[in-house]
Amino acid sequence: MIITENLSRKFDDFVAVENLNIHVKQGEVFGFLGPNGAGKTTTVRMLTSLIHPSNGWAKVNGYLVGEKDDQIRRSVGLLTETPGMYDNLSAIYNLMIYANLYEINEPKSQVEKYLRLLGLWERRFDLVGMFSKGMRQKLAIARALLHEPRILFLDEPTAGLDPEAAHLVRNFISELKEEGRTIFVCTHNLEEADRLCDRIAVFKTRLLVMDSPAKLRSQLYGRKIVFHLTSIDPTWVSKIGAFPFVSETHSVENKIIVTLEDPEEHNPQIVNLLVQEGAMIQFVGELRHSLEDVYLQMVRNA
Amino acid sequence: MKKIKTIMLKEWAQVFKNKLVLFSVIFLPLIITAIPLGTFYAIGRDPALGSMNDEPFTSEFASFCPEDVNSAECFQVYMVSQFMILFMILPVAIPSSISSYSVVGEKKEHSLEPLLATPITTLELIAGKSLAALIPAVLATYLAYLVFIIGTRILIPGDLFIQAILAPHWILAVIVLGPLLALMAVNFSIMVSSRVNEPRVAEQISMIIIIPLIGILFAQIAGLFMIDTNLVFAFTIIVAVIDTILVAFSIKVFQRETILTRWK
Repeated sequence: MIITENLSRKFDDFVAVENLNIHVKQGEVFGFLGPNGAGKTTTVRMLTSLIHPSNGWAKVNGYLVGEKDDQIRRSVGLLTETPGMYDNLSAIYNLMIYANLYEINEPKSQVEKYLRLLGLWERRFDLVGMFSKGMRQKLAIARALLHEPRILFLDEPTAGLDPEAAHLVRNFISELKEEGRTIFVCTHNLEEADRLCDRIAVFKTRLLVMDSPAKLRSQLYGRKIVFHLTSIDPTWVSKIGAFPFVSETHSVENKIIVTLEDPEEHNPQIVNLLVQEGAMIQFVGELRHSLEDVYLQMVRNA
Repeated sequence: MKKIKTIMLKEWAQVFKNKLVLFSVIFLPLIITAIPLGTFYAIGRDPALGSMNDEPFTSEFASFCPEDVNSAECFQVYMVSQFMILFMILPVAIPSSISSYSVVGEKKEHSLEPLLATPITTLELIAGKSLAALIPAVLATYLAYLVFIIGTRILIPGDLFIQAILAPHWILAVIVLGPLLALMAVNFSIMVSSRVNEPRVAEQISMIIIIPLIGILFAQIAGLFMIDTNLVFAFTIIVAVIDTILVAFSIKVFQRETILTRWK
């Protein structure tokens, strides 16, 4: 759905985006992470045909950016970083403007559909200036969806929202994914990216890393398995460490922490060894590195 | 056309909630109509004017007054010529206050990016915004002119005033030159609005376009020339040419990328 090759954008001498190569598949939620000023918004603007690349190319929904801009704009929805609604107009008027600009066949029913879906129907005649931040954000999401785009670009969809509003927006994004839409999310919220995204790209002017959150954690840190025991014999740690598939092992109180590449395959052998040694296993769990750890490591090393 | 209409209606829904804009569209025509009417009424009742009746025409008056009118009447016709220029200022002043809000207002509300992300062309966007400023200005000018004609008919006896107000060159000026001047003002203020950050700054800079008209007014008062059909016709052609250039130029300077990326 979205393919870029060496996509680059310069503003005079400033390089905002450099040689970006990504491939976002249909129905995928793709997280685009990076610090402020990393070039995320510039990338989204290029992919929504608002600005053109200086170098390289991008295809969105099969259309080449810079050549088929009109078709791209008709086939994508954009939630900008700030909602950009008309504060002195009502919610329904705001959406009707966009329904007409997108030349939707039955604008009134489409506007009603999304106002109801996002719980704003009862407030449709209220001025947007009276709305809370969360309500504005929901209205902006409705605006991005009015023309039923197959690809959605969401720039910081939950930024500045209270936890309840953020939860609602995240649930709505999950529902959109279930409908098979491709969603490109720029976010600073790493927990959100971890929860929502099938794959993430960490980006700072250029692409630093791109994979599923789980694989990124695994590639960077391996997977750490914790064996909780009633008591511990120090020799067990060295015996586990002798396995060729174990890259690291140590003990903390009554726990043995083992770093493995493939716990599903190797855990049984370790459990078997511990049982033979007479260890009483309370339970086995995985110590998860947060996506934040991955992100910080990548961005700091960039 | 649907997109142009959508933008135009959106602009009206927004700008007419602004009291300053509303003031300029409603009160400016009222004032510009009331001042000459009041002045003509006062002059007509002034006994000093009667003493002018036997005086000969000055050379300036003689050039545009019929031979069978006396000096007092000719002076009144002369006054009409001065005040009618105000009806040329009206279509320039009104759209400036509307259109100067149009692009800067979008910028202030951060609404331009989602708007440009729709399949609207630059031409459609500018046409919608231009018409939103142009139509009220032209309608207000026409209405003010009509009120001026009716008011003159009621308040001032005789046909001389009405004949002066309805002279072919003033009809041409109000009906044709007025909208062309309004279009010039709209395009100029949209260009200014695309380059500045504050609506008030945009409005103030846009009002520069009134200066040539004020110049014409003072030149006529100073007796440098009198506006007649030939002069109005010449102005109409010149303004039409300037409009054509300005329309093309305002579309050219409305750089989507620059507006999105350089505006802070």
